[in-house]
This record gives sequence, C-alpha cells and structure tokens, in this order.
Amino acid sequence: MSARSETTLASETVAPAALSASARPRRKRGGPWLGIASAMVYLFLYLPLFVVVLYSFSATKVNAWPIKGYTLDWYRELLVDRDILESIRLSVVIGLIAASIAVILGTLTAFALDRFNFPGKPAIRFFVVMPIVLPGIVTGVALLSFFSMLGWPLSKWTIIVAHGTFCITLILNNVVARLGQLPRRLDEASADLGAPPGRTFWRVTFPLIRPAILAGAVLAFTLSFDEVVVTFFLTGREKTLPLLIWGRLRQGISPEINAAATVIIAVSLAGVLLSNRLSKQAALGG
Amino acid sequence: MATAAAAPVMESKGLARFGLGPFALLAAPLAWISVFYLVPLGLLLLHAFWSVDYLTINRTLTLDNLRTVSGNPLYPTVLLRTFLIAGAVTLTDVVLAFPIAFYVAKRATKHRELLLILVVFPLWSSYLVRAFAWKTILGTNGILNSFLLTTGIVSEPVSAFLYSKTGMYITFCQVWLPFMILPLYTILDRMPSSLLEAASDLGANWWQTFRRVILPLSLPGLLAGSLSVFSLTMGDYITPSLIGGSAGTELIGGIIADQFGMANNWPLGAALILPVLGIISAFLLLANKAGALGRGEAG
Repeated sequence: MSARSETTLASETVAPAALSASARPRRKRGGPWLGIASAMVYLFLYLPLFVVVLYSFSATKVNAWPIKGYTLDWYRELLVDRDILESIRLSVVIGLIAASIAVILGTLTAFALDRFNFPGKPAIRFFVVMPIVLPGIVTGVALLSFFSMLGWPLSKWTIIVAHGTFCITLILNNVVARLGQLPRRLDEASADLGAPPGRTFWRVTFPLIRPAILAGAVLAFTLSFDEVVVTFFLTGREKTLPLLIWGRLRQGISPEINAAATVIIAVSLAGVLLSNRLSKQAALGG
Repeated sequence: MATAAAAPVMESKGLARFGLGPFALLAAPLAWISVFYLVPLGLLLLHAFWSVDYLTINRTLTLDNLRTVSGNPLYPTVLLRTFLIAGAVTLTDVVLAFPIAFYVAKRATKHRELLLILVVFPLWSSYLVRAFAWKTILGTNGILNSFLLTTGIVSEPVSAFLYSKTGMYITFCQVWLPFMILPLYTILDRMPSSLLEAASDLGANWWQTFRRVILPLSLPGLLAGSLSVFSLTMGDYITPSLIGGSAGTELIGGIIADQFGMANNWPLGAALILPVLGIISAFLLLANKAGALGRGEAG
C-alpha cells in the first residue's frame, strides 16, 4: 500500500510538497552520535534496495556474497520475456487510468473542502482517507466480495476501481495544500475585470494549481504501479508487474526477478523526483 | 440535503456563480466513495454473519463465524501474537525514526532536501520489492549467510534468519519505517528551535531536553506514525508469506488472506477481520483524541 495513512498521517506528510522547507540557520550542538545513528538508519533503509539492484547485475544464478562477476543478461532476458513486457504495459495502463480518476475526484473534493463551509466536512475527509488508513487487505477483500456479488468478472477494470479509490486522497492533499496558499484576490481581480467564472477558473485558478495536481497524479501513478496488497485480490487473468513478480517468487528467486524489481525501483525513483520537482514549481509559481 | 444552500464562506462567489455549491462538487466523489468503498466495506462486514454452503454463500444471518473466531483457541492466540509483533515493530520504529527525523529536521544544513528525499523514496518504492530483498538477504544460502561464512564469523549457515518470526520482525521494521519517520519529521520541523535552546540555556542536558521538551511535543507525530506502522503490520500477508514461511501462517493477515483464497471461506475471513478493525479503530480514536489526526490544511 504501499503508501497509506492520513489526515496528517503519513500520506499527507509524504507529499513531497513538504520537501521544499527552507533551510534555516541551525545551531550545531552535540557530538557526532546523532549523525552516526542517522547514517546507520539510512543504511538499514537502503540495504534491501541496494541488494536488489546490485544482484540484478550478478553473473551467477545464486544470490551469494561476494559477487563473482557482472552481466546485463538478466535485462536482456526481460526484454524478450513476453509475460513481463505485457505486465509492464498493463501496469502502466492501470496507473494512468487510476491516476486520472483520482485527479478528477480528488480535485473536485479539494475545491469543495477549500471553498465552502458545510456540515460534515470532517466526515468527508475521513471517508476519502479511509481506504488508505485501513489495511490494504480490508480494501481488497471488501471490493472482491462486492464485485463477486455484482457478478463483475475480475479484470483490469476491477483493479482500476480499487487503485482510483485509494489514490483520491493523494490528489486531495496536494490540491488542498495548494489552494490554501493561493490568495483569493486573484479570483476577485479576474472577476472584477469582467471575466466570467469559467474563464477565471481556466485562465487563473487552474494554471496555478496545475503543478500540484500533476505532482499528486505522479504519486498516484507510482503508488498504483507498485501496489500488490489490494491488487492481489482483484486481479483476473492478466497480471500487473508486481503480481507477476509475486507469482514467480513462489518458484524461487532468480536474477531475472531482481532485474524486474530494479525496473520497478527505477519507475518509483523517477516518480518521486518528478513529483518533488512539480511541487517545488507549485511553490515558486505562487 | 437542506444544506445545499449553505452560505459559502469567504470568496467563493466565483464557484457559486457557476452554480456549483459544495454538494454539486462533491456529488461525483461521494458517489464513487460510497459505491466503491463504503458499500463494499458494509458488505464485507455482513459476510461475517453469513455462512458458506460448499461453494456458495448462504445469506441466512448467523453468529457461527463469531463463535468460531472466539471459541477456537487458535484465533485469539494468533490475534494476540500478531498484536505483539505489531507492537514490537511499532516501538522499534519509534526508536529508529527519532534520530533520523531529528537530524533531518534540526541538524542537517547543506543536504537537507536530499536527505528528506532519501527518506521519502523508500515509502514509494515497491513494498513487495523491499520484502523480497530481505528474502535474498536472510536465506540459508542468502547474502547474509554467505557473508558470515566467507568472513568466518559462523562456520555453518544460520537458518534462523528466514522463515522465522525474527525475519518477519526485521522486514516489518524496515518496510514500514518511513511511515514513522515522516510524521515525526513534520512535527519536529515545526517545533521552534528556540525551545531546545531555551532548555539547554536553563541547564537541561540532552536527555532532560528530550524527555521533557521534545518527546511530549512530538507525541501527535509519534501517534500518527505508530498508527500507520501498527495498522500496516496487523493487516499484512505479503511479508508473512514471503519471509515467515510456516511462521507466517501464525499471523492473522496470512490466515485472513487464506480464507479469501485457498480456504475459500469468506464469511470466516470477514469475521476474522472484525477484531483487527476493532483494534485499529480503538488506536485511531486514541490518536484522534491526542490530536494526531490534525486537519493539516495548513500544508
């Protein structure tokens, strides 16, 4: 789920919008211990990722230390593995559609929450956040029983519905934060100059929140591309990339899986960096 | 829906002139969430009171599943064991998250943004990939063992790393750690540094400053992070299956997943979810009371 949990729980703080904090002058105190302890924790966080990437280049079939030699063979094998290529295509399609659904629903919710006061506001925030706060297994089996009752066969569409649902909150958080920073007088100025509300939205408001929407959309895509806990219950015959890896893991670990996993890591890294860049753009744009 | 005419606050004239009240904007999102989340959730809870007849579900209401869950000593034991592991993982992550969150928020100067991205990134990188990485590290023929053998620290491979509670514990601690670091970082970042300086000016040593100033003020962040880590561990079945092996079937997530898979007893699976939801909801209420679920609109 991969990522989950909010109102100010993780996902909200996760939005790399939080990254643009200014560097204030800090007083240096204390010994080196804090730095050393932090470095150890970073090492613990990155060791597994490092291992996967490193062993995807290992020349031997067994993951043992030390590495005997390096090769790109496993990546070559990926390129001719029809199942893997097909699963990557499916994951991309699902990620794009799910992110689009989340963008529309999340932006609408953000406008309603930012521009209006009405009873039940906290409840609405809570409902949107729920799919990500509760364990993924709950979302997965709840939707499974729902689709089964309706008689919908499991397919990429059932996965898209699930992913779209838990991604709404990512867009919501980003756009609400951005709308909160925008001075309202921009809208007023536009209206005073005679622009109808539609034009004010498309010419003034939307360009200003676009980077925030895009940053959220990239995160939504990343989350969808990685997701396995919910997807597991909703997948039909076609497998997403993480699910294909999950299936092959049962037959044992091969270096080819390390290579496929490295592809997943690369997509996530690109997503996080892109989203961070867009968030910074949003912060500068206002 | 009498509230459709609720007075728009502040300058919402633009949208209002559009004819868009809050409920017009919310119609689609609310419909989606209701149909694709709240209804399925309700249906799932209802399953707990149904039963299975061979391959079909019998929709006569019954308390049999709940009796099975509370009556069979297996399930309360599994629930307690999962609860304890989730608690241990949460506490470990609190200890691991504090130095790094404090360092990035208060000490790092030059590479602050990079350090923060380095914390965020594992959160978005595939959880499955990180879990299976531990399998390659911890296995009997794995990297840790071959390293220990090559360096002569052990003379025989240690089999206790993989397919054990220890392996699951290590993996859980690593995969959920970013969920603890981020809320903690956010709250430490907002904490005025002058408070720490004041404490040290008044003669407090680092432990006193930590215990009397930093810890109480970071409680909302700690609770928010703990809620995530705890809830993620309680509901997980991937790590138990990959890393836990047969020990993995001793956690509730694995058993629940099995009821919706191989065992094909959805009503029993739904009944097993009830205590998990109960425990998480209790935690959620506690965290909410302590202000961990702040609105966060300030961004």
